[in-house]
Amino acid sequence: MSKLSQRHLLGIKNITREDIELIFETAGNFKEVINRPIKKVPSLRDITIANVFFENSTRTRLSFELAQKRLSADVINFSASSSSVKKGETLLDTVNNILAMKVDMIVIRHASVGAPHFLSKHINANIVNAGDGTHEHPTQALLDAFSIQEKLGTVEGKKIAIIGDILHSRVALSNIFALKKLGASVMVCGPPTLLPKFIGQLGIEVEFDIRKALAWCDVANVLRIQLERQQIKYFPSLREYSLYYGINKKLLDSLKKEIIIMHPGPINRGVELSSDAADSSHSIILDQVENGVAIRMAVLYLLAGAAA
Amino acid sequence: MQKKLILDSDLLDITLSRLCQQLIENHNDFSETVILGMQPRGIFLAELIQEKLKKTLKKEISMGYLDTTFYRDDFRRRDVPAKASETKVPFVIEGKKVVLIDDVLFTGRTVRAAMDAMIAFGRPSKVELLVLVDRKHTRDLPIAADYVGKYVDTLTSQRVLVELEAQGHKQNKIWLIKKEE
Repeated sequence: MSKLSQRHLLGIKNITREDIELIFETAGNFKEVINRPIKKVPSLRDITIANVFFENSTRTRLSFELAQKRLSADVINFSASSSSVKKGETLLDTVNNILAMKVDMIVIRHASVGAPHFLSKHINANIVNAGDGTHEHPTQALLDAFSIQEKLGTVEGKKIAIIGDILHSRVALSNIFALKKLGASVMVCGPPTLLPKFIGQLGIEVEFDIRKALAWCDVANVLRIQLERQQIKYFPSLREYSLYYGINKKLLDSLKKEIIIMHPGPINRGVELSSDAADSSHSIILDQVENGVAIRMAVLYLLAGAAA
Repeated sequence: MQKKLILDSDLLDITLSRLCQQLIENHNDFSETVILGMQPRGIFLAELIQEKLKKTLKKEISMGYLDTTFYRDDFRRRDVPAKASETKVPFVIEGKKVVLIDDVLFTGRTVRAAMDAMIAFGRPSKVELLVLVDRKHTRDLPIAADYVGKYVDTLTSQRVLVELEAQGHKQNKIWLIKKEE
């Protein structure tokens, strides 16, 4: 089958393993395309895509925009900070106004959980979730799993530890769904205050000691401490967090094996990840960024193709 | 379903030998020429031709695979998007002569897409097309092959089926298939 089971990408929870494998296969082809002298294909030349961002983003928006341009789509960008949302327009009105200008696809990031799901019930365009609150960030999870597959040959049977602020992380939840669907073992590790209470019920390991987590895993996906989402204090100080949960070269060298370090960015250098670890040969952080464009091209291509 | 044999193993070998001779006539020792097999089915033919040329000329022939999926003009016009295959062009085509190779030439749309795809890798000095089977009078576009294994008169309701050993078939056989009403 060369078609996705869904016409939107709302979350990893809604898609199947076959969908993920199809996206990976297509992304592999696009990765070859973006390394050509001419990095552009005409596939989406009759498609218009709106990037609707109600939350700040650098990497994801740039990555989506580049993916869209590499596919020859027409792109419009919308960010809430400079728009009529400030004047009190509702989400549905904003999006319907954009669609009235004949837009075929919406890439949306929103601070509220479920905003893309809500839209998918009310509008006709294809929707790609680029992050909804603390819920899901499907393209990030896809590019993370794709990067692991690229580095280790497969995801199946590998052990992946997700470390840090799990409570506020949409990357963590999407990663858990994606990795489980692909047959990996997943562990979350962080201070108890930053792990959701019932996260173990997703069928994953929970660990509070980072040394044990690193000794267990093949891949450590390190997440950022999301201070902007933390209304109360979850740990005494960044310095203390860094002391107990920060990963540095010394810690990595003390392990008896090579593990892979990933980070979805932006890195707080010296907090969750020290510079010598982030820039070491263990790190595939920049590969993740490159794969992000290929994965997003694959998602947009497959969704646009299914619309016909 | 009616099946009619157009080419069998022996005849295919003779045909391929003739095509290689024709290629050598025009491209001498292939020092300035590369061959590109079109995905998904043209690559098997391209490999057969590369093998034969190698034997005759006693030297390596540069060959690549070209996938046309992202350049097709029927995206969003078919039920299921076409599945992409690997593109591998491990050489510079700028200034080179390129021979595109596919198994069957039908509407010519794949060849048009292939020319678009190829140009993303550079500007060849000349492009030629080699096909094993040319279905006459079925072209949608002004495209013609330079080297043809066999011309076949077909109806649009018919299909040409190429079975090659490299694709896992017992014998090399080319069939003309008519779907029953």
